[in-house]
Amino acid sequence: MEAGGDKPRVGVDEWVANVEGRLERRTGFAGLARRIDEFVPPWTRLVLFAVIAASLPLWMGRGDLFAYGIFTLVYVLLGLGLNIVVGYAGLLDLGYVAFFGFGAYFYALLSSEHYGLHWPSAVSFPVVVVSTALLGLVLGIPSRRLLGDYLAIVTLFFGQAFVVFVNAANPTVRGKGLTGGPNGIADIDPNDLFGYELTTRRQQYWFILAVVLLVLIGLHFLSESRTGRAWRALREDPLAAEAMSIPVNRLKLMAFAFGAGIAGLTGCIFAAVLTAVTSGNFALPILITIYAIVILGGIGSLTGVVIGAIVINVSFQFLAPENPQNNARILFYAVIVLLLVLSLRPWWRLAAVLGGTIAFGLVAHTLAEAISPSWTAGPVVEGGRFAHVISDWVIIPAGHERFANVAYIALIVAVLAVTRIHGWWRTLLLIPTVYLAAVVWETSFVEQPAVARWILFGALLVTLMTVRPQGLLGTPRVEIV
Amino acid sequence: MTKEPLFELREVSKSFGGLNVADELSLHVDEGEIVSLIGPNGAGKTTVFNLVTGIYRPDSGEIRFEGRNIVGLAPHKITQLGIARTFQTLRLFLNMTVKENVMAAAYGHTRSTVVEAIFRLPRARREEREIAQLAEEKLAFFGQRLAGYRHDQQAYNLSYANRRRLEIARAMATNPRLLLLDEPAAGMNPAETHELTELVGRLRTDGGYTVLVIEHDMHVVEGISDRVIALDHGVKIAEGSFEQVATNDRVIEAYLGLRGAA
Repeated sequence: MEAGGDKPRVGVDEWVANVEGRLERRTGFAGLARRIDEFVPPWTRLVLFAVIAASLPLWMGRGDLFAYGIFTLVYVLLGLGLNIVVGYAGLLDLGYVAFFGFGAYFYALLSSEHYGLHWPSAVSFPVVVVSTALLGLVLGIPSRRLLGDYLAIVTLFFGQAFVVFVNAANPTVRGKGLTGGPNGIADIDPNDLFGYELTTRRQQYWFILAVVLLVLIGLHFLSESRTGRAWRALREDPLAAEAMSIPVNRLKLMAFAFGAGIAGLTGCIFAAVLTAVTSGNFALPILITIYAIVILGGIGSLTGVVIGAIVINVSFQFLAPENPQNNARILFYAVIVLLLVLSLRPWWRLAAVLGGTIAFGLVAHTLAEAISPSWTAGPVVEGGRFAHVISDWVIIPAGHERFANVAYIALIVAVLAVTRIHGWWRTLLLIPTVYLAAVVWETSFVEQPAVARWILFGALLVTLMTVRPQGLLGTPRVEIV
Repeated sequence: MTKEPLFELREVSKSFGGLNVADELSLHVDEGEIVSLIGPNGAGKTTVFNLVTGIYRPDSGEIRFEGRNIVGLAPHKITQLGIARTFQTLRLFLNMTVKENVMAAAYGHTRSTVVEAIFRLPRARREEREIAQLAEEKLAFFGQRLAGYRHDQQAYNLSYANRRRLEIARAMATNPRLLLLDEPAAGMNPAETHELTELVGRLRTDGGYTVLVIEHDMHVVEGISDRVIALDHGVKIAEGSFEQVATNDRVIEAYLGLRGAA
């Protein structure tokens, strides 16, 4: 104690901990995000989110509010439910979307023209949520002894069976197809607050926001309770959890039922907002999107789910076919730059690659033009403001049909090569690779918006998950040390 | 008839295929005792722990705790009755904080429901405070080693020796009467081993626990044990004070092989 005053001595536990802390400190943008996440307390975060989200309708058009606002909130709810099953309890449930569908269809049956039942939300919501939770329980009972992959297979089967049942089985009940087959169920009542119907997009948005906030608060308390800890313990090591007095099987069932209940709740809202449901709404792509949200945000983190939902839904809507191509182009270049910024360190390596790529493009363009003007005479598709920059930098040939395909193959080879080599050679090879990507984009993808949208979406996910496998706000996970 | 011991195995047998890992094994631990279980590798020591905690079910025989047969109960029920263990292979909840590891083990003796937790009703709040306090108490048992600044670190950040200590703290948080420690000194340096020897003593005097410990380090065994039980091939070959067992011919034979054998 006497020597060194307050400072811990070298080699002492506390000193070791300090060093560990310093070595583990994250740097760059991801580290900044993480530090903000650590220093802003949950309640401040919640209030910030509530204020910003609540003001959205004041400056956003009605169409945008539907696509960006309401859909994001629906995804947040779905993500929160899945986060319980996958994030807390660690159960790989691939049938999750069926609970969402079950909730939506059940609400549609209870509150629509289909059977002429028009139950008020105050009745149909609890009925649907409780039944969906029970369905989760029923599915959980045979599945609770299954681990990992086997659980995934069984639940995936359940999810697919639901879609087939809704689409094809369509049993006749009271002289009418129960689920409406491929046509689904239409004319669903809007949600109502004790008789007051929420018909405008703004009312619906604020209602869903209120639900999201309530669920967030409840889940925050739940995750900091004995049940939340027990879920995480069983995710980490079921045998040790069992030995530490935690009834593992019962907690698995609870996680299933809880996640399903939230999915059912979301279904009620979703069906009412859309006013019609079909089986296509609950197929595999939605499941993948929800998983992407939970994984991207950082498994087990509530803030992560909210941010994941915003990132995924906004980028998804941003790339919607009715939006101009320039959106996709901006996102494409933004993703490339983001990837470079996140992965290249120190800064001069990044500067070298960016500067090198620009120079490489100018040289390549000049050379191509010198060989024959036709190599650079192609039109820029929907270039907008950037048309000039692009046509002076990227080789877009007029004629030469095979060029686009050759460039595409070359890009794949270059990307593979980049992943295989290391050090300075990799940095050097990155320059032509990035340029090739731009060429491929401008000559192939830009002409096929539908395909480009999915490829971009996939590339965005791959990029983010490669750079931060633990998600934006997740803690880095350690399996076996 | 004399009073029944706190914990007792009565002619417990267990075999995997043709391999007898426990063969009509009988042993007992009295309230307040510290008993060591020794034997060469593969003698069936950890198997005994697995049988007691319900991970394996014995083929025959009785395992009695506080006067009742606990064979066939689920592991979490057995822990709730008051038997807690540590794992030789270290099975901490690595991606949870140190404090959460200990708090999670309080599940068995807390009662607030999910609904109470979601709405933060009074009982949930009170229990939550008690659990946090309990965790700090149990961690304080290890003094500077698991002091306050470590509480919010992820468990995987801990050194090997500290993980062993956290395993013990976690087991203590289930409020057991009988602690089963599986090689608590494995992987520790001599200073840490010495510290552990004192700790096991304090588990009895300050903590009030009865302890059954598997240990390979004979200095530790000598330092802590009231009684030593030696196993080989699932059979008890010796029992008594450390001196008695350490000089027993069958024990020496089990460890070193038969003198004069080829």
